[in-house]
Amino acid sequence: MNPAPSVIIFTVFSGMGFGYLALLATVHDYSGIAAFWHWFVGYALATIGLAASAFHLGNPARAWRAFTQWRSSWLSREAWGAVLALLALAPVALSDWLDLGLPRGFGWPGAVLAVATVAASGMIYASIRAVPRWHHWTVPVLFVAFACAGGSLLAGLRDLSLLALLVLGALMVLYWRVGDGAFARAGSTMGTATGLGTLGGVSVFEPAHTADNYLLREMIYVVGRRHAAKLRVLALLLAVVLPLLAMLLLPGRYGPYVAVPLHLLGALAHRWLFFAEAEHVVGLYYGKR
Amino acid sequence: MTCLPGKTDKALGLVIDLDTCVGCQACVTACKGWNDQGYGAPLSDQNPYGSNPSGTFLNRVHSYQVQPVEAAPMIVNFPRSCLHCADAPCVTVCPTGASYKRVEDGIVLVNEDACIGCGLCAWACPYGAREMDADAGVMKKCTLCVDRIYNENLPEEDREPACVRTCPTGARHFGDLGDPESAVSQLVAARGGYDLMPEQGTKPVNKYLAPRKKDRPDQASLLAPLLDIQATGFAGWLDRVLRKI
Repeated sequence: MNPAPSVIIFTVFSGMGFGYLALLATVHDYSGIAAFWHWFVGYALATIGLAASAFHLGNPARAWRAFTQWRSSWLSREAWGAVLALLALAPVALSDWLDLGLPRGFGWPGAVLAVATVAASGMIYASIRAVPRWHHWTVPVLFVAFACAGGSLLAGLRDLSLLALLVLGALMVLYWRVGDGAFARAGSTMGTATGLGTLGGVSVFEPAHTADNYLLREMIYVVGRRHAAKLRVLALLLAVVLPLLAMLLLPGRYGPYVAVPLHLLGALAHRWLFFAEAEHVVGLYYGKR
Repeated sequence: MTCLPGKTDKALGLVIDLDTCVGCQACVTACKGWNDQGYGAPLSDQNPYGSNPSGTFLNRVHSYQVQPVEAAPMIVNFPRSCLHCADAPCVTVCPTGASYKRVEDGIVLVNEDACIGCGLCAWACPYGAREMDADAGVMKKCTLCVDRIYNENLPEEDREPACVRTCPTGARHFGDLGDPESAVSQLVAARGGYDLMPEQGTKPVNKYLAPRKKDRPDQASLLAPLLDIQATGFAGWLDRVLRKI
């Protein structure tokens, strides 16, 4: 699949933002102007991500219609989750900023909605059977793990971030291990795609068109997989190992200063791979994966 | 609503005969021609006369080489378009309700006025049947020529999809695959029509007919008995004498 920058930025930043917002609403207890800036960062990350996703659309002016199909579409559910979470968290943010003294319990519904939104983002990909690598429960769980790790690093919660990073690292490795055999397990081949496999071995004689098209640009992205193994190590180092060491070894507040940028780079590398490595079964018609 | 109808009154679709298709691309051209002027945004081209032309097509013809275990390899031309699946994954993922499957005839359509061009339906389709139009920013797909098949302004013989109407070898058939008595259903039953990628669970309506079995090179020719010429008369006597010497 084509690793479009808008979607990579959207999923990474909004995931981290919603994770941070969930922690601000439940664990942290800032007040005054400090609270304003913390909440501002959380809201900014979440909404920058949402705005970036609009650049991916062919007709952004009609984006409001994406709220209508929550009964069947995970994309629609994600849109609802995002708006509801941001609305539900607003009173908590105001209370923190203006010292209105709203009990912490009021933060929980918003926090749950924020995490659910991130899970729904993951489900958009996991629900697509035509991309076997994505069609697995590890995808939404991985998205939530990234949100927890990014959020707790931003919040500077040492113990929670160590735990979240360890879980994230394990999930990243699990996702790669499960994903590497997913295409073969799905059972789709050029033989089943054309139905000619029952007659003998099938290979491409002539392509349907000599220049490229939407399908080749969007779903059959073969460039860059060459370096997948190196990028995986890099993503794991940047997203998990180095932030973990920074949080362990650096004193007090300096840990997050080093860990957050590293983790963000790692998350971006991981998300790039998430798309670049995912193979769509339509590639079988072209003899490309 | 992008929930799928549990059951459709009809299941209109195509039956494509891979034995008869010669890969002339006439269906590709007829489809592009008709859909440039009728339903929805015209299928656009980008840089059509330049070094890297690209464009939106709803039907594409591939060409494959098949190598049976103990027979000569064969070339199979393979038209690929929307299969109007009963369990269409492209419909349920649509966040706006633009993508839908009609209850009356099972045709999968896009309401282009509601399409935001997110591209998720094209991701969900295993068959590459949907292409985003780069000019209009909306998703295009085969409409089964919904603006032809019910069009009473056209002569009756033209009320079928443009690809079917134009096919010079009669490799494309159009009809109701939900009705076991229809001509297309009988054709599918007679020739063992099959689904593409059944493991994807999409339950396609369109069916494909495999190429018929070819003669094997080592099979004896039907003319073999005629080739074994027995000489008679004087030539026969000469033949027998010469063998004995």
